[in-house]
Amino acid sequence: MIEVYRGAWVVAYRELLRFLRDRSRVAASIVFPLLFLAIFGAGFTNIVGVMTGGIDLMQFMYPGVIAMAVVTGALAAGISVASDREDGFLREILVAPLSRTGIILGKAFGAAAVGLTQTLLLLAVGPLVGVDLSFSVIARLVPIALVLSLGVSGLGILVSSYVRSQQGVQMLIQLLVFPLVFLAGVFFPLDSVPVWMEILSKANPVTYGVDAIRQVMLGSELAGAGLGLTAFGHTMSIGEEVLLVGALGSALLAGAAWRFGRSE
Amino acid sequence: MNRLTATTSGEVVIDADDLGRRFGDLEAVRGVTFQVGAGEVFGFLGPNGAGKTTTINMLCTLLRPSSGKASIAGLDTVSQERAVRRCIGLIFQKPTLDEALTAEQNLRFHAYAYGLDAAVREEQIRRLLTMVELWERRGDDVRTFSGGMRRRLEIARGLLHQPRVLFLDEPTLGLDPQTRRRIWEYLGELRATDGLTIFLTTHYMDEAENCDRIAVIDHGQIVALDTPERLKAAVSGDLITIASPSPAAAADQVLARHGLDPTIVGDSVTFQVPNGEDFLPEFIRSFQLPLRSISVRRPTLDDVFLELTGHAIREEAGSDERPKRSSRWKLQ
Repeated sequence: MIEVYRGAWVVAYRELLRFLRDRSRVAASIVFPLLFLAIFGAGFTNIVGVMTGGIDLMQFMYPGVIAMAVVTGALAAGISVASDREDGFLREILVAPLSRTGIILGKAFGAAAVGLTQTLLLLAVGPLVGVDLSFSVIARLVPIALVLSLGVSGLGILVSSYVRSQQGVQMLIQLLVFPLVFLAGVFFPLDSVPVWMEILSKANPVTYGVDAIRQVMLGSELAGAGLGLTAFGHTMSIGEEVLLVGALGSALLAGAAWRFGRSE
Repeated sequence: MNRLTATTSGEVVIDADDLGRRFGDLEAVRGVTFQVGAGEVFGFLGPNGAGKTTTINMLCTLLRPSSGKASIAGLDTVSQERAVRRCIGLIFQKPTLDEALTAEQNLRFHAYAYGLDAAVREEQIRRLLTMVELWERRGDDVRTFSGGMRRRLEIARGLLHQPRVLFLDEPTLGLDPQTRRRIWEYLGELRATDGLTIFLTTHYMDEAENCDRIAVIDHGQIVALDTPERLKAAVSGDLITIASPSPAAAADQVLARHGLDPTIVGDSVTFQVPNGEDFLPEFIRSFQLPLRSISVRRPTLDDVFLELTGHAIREEAGSDERPKRSSRWKLQ
């Protein structure tokens, strides 16, 4: 058990250290979501006008963009595994007295730590887009982002155990990011999309994470105002959404750890 | 057949018993048996693909044996995997450093991963970085390091958790002669001060000569196991090499006049005589073809390998750059 714990923290520590030492990566990870927010916001806010619930598109997109940063960062855990494998460092980790499960948890928590750092940095622009952030909002946001990040990183790591090369993993993950993020209600509400898209979006687990983050940041009354997510005629509460993402994420992480233990 | 062991006295630190590994149809290692004593420098010598790395991976718990078993310091490599890992240090053939981190951060990661005490950790980091002459560069990113510096850092890292045994897989591959010499100096020092047991694989004969004992491995089997001196003694007498513009004719003459069995390599002809110094004056006087050069030398492990396996160790198969052996064959 101690080897699971030590594996998790030591690997996560390195992930965060690498991220923080790489200034251009830190900058890009903040600038990229902000670009989305600025460009889409500037382009569509006036067209869309005031949305149901009395918010504008910027306010609507802002939590979504934070979720997007968390999701892309989490999927990158898979790229991290593949790049360690390619440049040899994975052997240093594998031969240490650490458990395989601990190593995978470390990659997941490392990605989550990076994602949370990004989130906290992105929160600084909240007032600019008209989203008020209180301490209690942030305190509820962090665990939700954590659950979403851990689960999605399981998917990324799983990819890396099937596709071995770093380039292959990178390609596949880019391919995954697009539908996972765009069909998650990050940029537009799902209450007025065509049926096929609604079906795909509701099958996308990231949708529930995005909605939970939005409910926390904009207030749950939005759910009642028709912007909330309904599944099978039932409006999802934050707790239900987190539970759903958490359950699926745990399964993905368990699968990733199992595959990793077998293949490395 | 491989029980040529006769270990150095004292504790057995590495014990391989009929160890074998197959990959599909390929039998990479077949029934390898040997023991290494505490404080011994033990070499695995053989060409690329002979099964050296496979053996090391089995001893280091990275690969499960298909047959047989092995133990390190009395711990079974399969059932006591983590305990084994704690008492071994490993230096791989290919670098395994994190280039995006500094030298010190790489070491610190290792110390955390092995759960070292804070006091031991700081003391060891300082001691080992000083030993490998990288203390001044500890804050620099590894990506700015040369190949030799990286290898030295890896050696420091491999020793950080104070292992009983240090495994080195082709430790000086692709390094310049000066760095190679330094690395051997460190290893000698550690063995003297810490009683470290060293297991290394190599396909360089000159490197193998630094070992106390050598197992010669070919096609997954140990074909000989002894001290370098005793192995060399198995090739009797001296080796004489002559370079001639017409090597075939020269070889014929050696055979006809002296009844010896010469080998032609390029434009040189090599043959074995019981005593080179006595043989040469008479040979030169009577030899009737032009001679470009002539040399007498004691047998090297190259010759041993050739004698044992019937083929030369395939150095050129390696992708590394190292001065070609041919210089050995000129008059020295």
